[in-house]
Amino acid sequence: MKNVVFGTSKFILGMTAGAVTAAFVTSASTAAFADQLTVASWGGSYQDAQSKALFQPAAKSMGITIKEETYGGMSEVRLMVKAGAVTKDIVASGSGSAARAAAEGLLEKLDYNIIDVSTFYPTLKTDYCVGGDVFSTVMAWNTKTYPDNAPKTWADFWDVKKFPGKRAYRAKVAGALEPALMADGVAPEDVYKVLATEEGMERAINKIKELKPHIAVWWESGAQHAQLMKDGEVDMTTGWNGRFDVAAKDGAMVKYTFDQALLDYDCFAIPKGAPNKDLAMKFLAEISKPEIQANLPKYITYGPTNKAAYDTGKIDEKLARMMPSHPDNAAMQLPVSLDWYSKHEQKAAAMYQDMLTE
Amino acid sequence: MTGELTSHLNQNALKRQAQRERLSLLGLTSPAIIIIMIAMVLPVGWLFYLSFLSDEGVISLTNYQRMLDSKAYTRIFLTTFKVAFLTTGLCALIGYPLAYFLSQLPERIANICLLTVLLPFWTSLLVRTYAWLVLLQRKGLVNEWGIGLGLWDEPLPLVHNLNGTLIGMVHIMLPFLILPLYGSMKSIDTNYLKAAANLGATPTQAFWRVFMPLSFPGLFAGALIVFILSLGFFVTPAILGGGKVIMVAMQITRNIELFFNWGASSALGVVLLLITLGILYISSRFVSLDNILGGHR
Repeated sequence: MKNVVFGTSKFILGMTAGAVTAAFVTSASTAAFADQLTVASWGGSYQDAQSKALFQPAAKSMGITIKEETYGGMSEVRLMVKAGAVTKDIVASGSGSAARAAAEGLLEKLDYNIIDVSTFYPTLKTDYCVGGDVFSTVMAWNTKTYPDNAPKTWADFWDVKKFPGKRAYRAKVAGALEPALMADGVAPEDVYKVLATEEGMERAINKIKELKPHIAVWWESGAQHAQLMKDGEVDMTTGWNGRFDVAAKDGAMVKYTFDQALLDYDCFAIPKGAPNKDLAMKFLAEISKPEIQANLPKYITYGPTNKAAYDTGKIDEKLARMMPSHPDNAAMQLPVSLDWYSKHEQKAAAMYQDMLTE
Repeated sequence: MTGELTSHLNQNALKRQAQRERLSLLGLTSPAIIIIMIAMVLPVGWLFYLSFLSDEGVISLTNYQRMLDSKAYTRIFLTTFKVAFLTTGLCALIGYPLAYFLSQLPERIANICLLTVLLPFWTSLLVRTYAWLVLLQRKGLVNEWGIGLGLWDEPLPLVHNLNGTLIGMVHIMLPFLILPLYGSMKSIDTNYLKAAANLGATPTQAFWRVFMPLSFPGLFAGALIVFILSLGFFVTPAILGGGKVIMVAMQITRNIELFFNWGASSALGVVLLLITLGILYISSRFVSLDNILGGHR
């Protein structure tokens, strides 16, 4: 009996402490300590890099504190906004999901009078999401399987006679249709024009069907396609450039090309009704500055979105040449069209899923 | 007279005591009931409600309409049931002889053997799944050895397909089948077999006509657990299926990413739940569920 009473009083004590903390946190995030921001990203080595390269230096120079969280993407933002209980000030997002979230009215419009994007690549920002890092969806191959004549184009990726071997391809539609059309002879600049119609999407999907018997694995994640190349499970794959660099560093026989690759980016957005919207805007301005952006390549091989970052002298030439956003590399690539994704992704995804389960 | 009165009083006291006992039992189970209400009934109800909300937040059947519109969803449900069915079948084929063998061993040795059956339970599912990937892939241990020993020339497609998925799932689900089956086999009275022999049955006949029917409730219980757990599998088919074995649980995450909308996914969950309950109902008509879920006899 004594135990029970003791337990209960302890429980009540805990509750009170919890309530006090909750009240304290609420007031902290609204008025009293308005110099704290909550930033959410995807965790793992990616967020580690973001934290060390962008968040911490920016917070230091602004004299504010950053509370870092992980989150489950825009579906979570949607829930928060619809429920009117937004707890995050800034979220990291893929460019495509951010575009669709913006179209749904889930994001605050960014103020480019505060965030200086004059030296940004023009395609690496929207009214609602400002680019944080650049990556590429590239074609990678096993250098042991193809020692002399490396594949160069998407047409080579499809050419199983000239380049026999197993392929891996993405299990989701994002970044999957564009290579197929280029392999089918569509010029990179016309890809999204063709994809804008249902026939165009079908053309791309039929091209993938052609390759389907040779696709051994449909990959789901960056870690997976890197491992597939490392283990020699497939001889060629699509994937994100940074992952292959890490795999190569680990001894994988892998190379990739930026030629005909898809230039894409991750970005930062402010959910509609964020508790510290104004401060969040200033923080985005800070992490978009060239000297902060220039920190990123040190921690992950994804490039800065601010071109001026290459002029700061912080990124050495060898590292710079490996970045997707290096001017020479960027010129070879097809920038991903957010407009297309916000209009057609759901339809295309349904068609893609149909093809996958056939 | 006094004897009658005492027994009457005794009866009353016994009744009261039984009542008190029932109340205290209810009191003891109430935490479990409350937890199930909060952790199970409420969220499922909420998901059920969400599945009827469209993107605009109005009540509609869009999420269900989508499943009818695309052939992919039908195929995904068929794949899910095919994989669950095959896993159950393979588990039964492998598990029955093993459980029988264990049930015939002396208790002490059987217990040690059971420990090895249970051992996989203590290893993370993720680790076991990746272990299979390492073993079965193109340049994995099995293929390297097979080719090295000259058993086959080309790497066998053991993983990144249905084969790999089934190997991984059967390995994980086997204990779920063996444990209830072993329990029910242990409880079979050996006198029945002796009686059968006494009536002139050969050992084989006694096994097929006496032992096996008596072990069916255990087999059915195990198979049902395996089947239902298999329906919800995510990690194993995602890692070992190579994107070719798409089960409902995988489509659920994909829908959340694609539609930013929990309803699009919870509709899938609702359909899977209803089909599963349907299967439970149908099986209950053939075999008493009490028999299966409430142990033997």
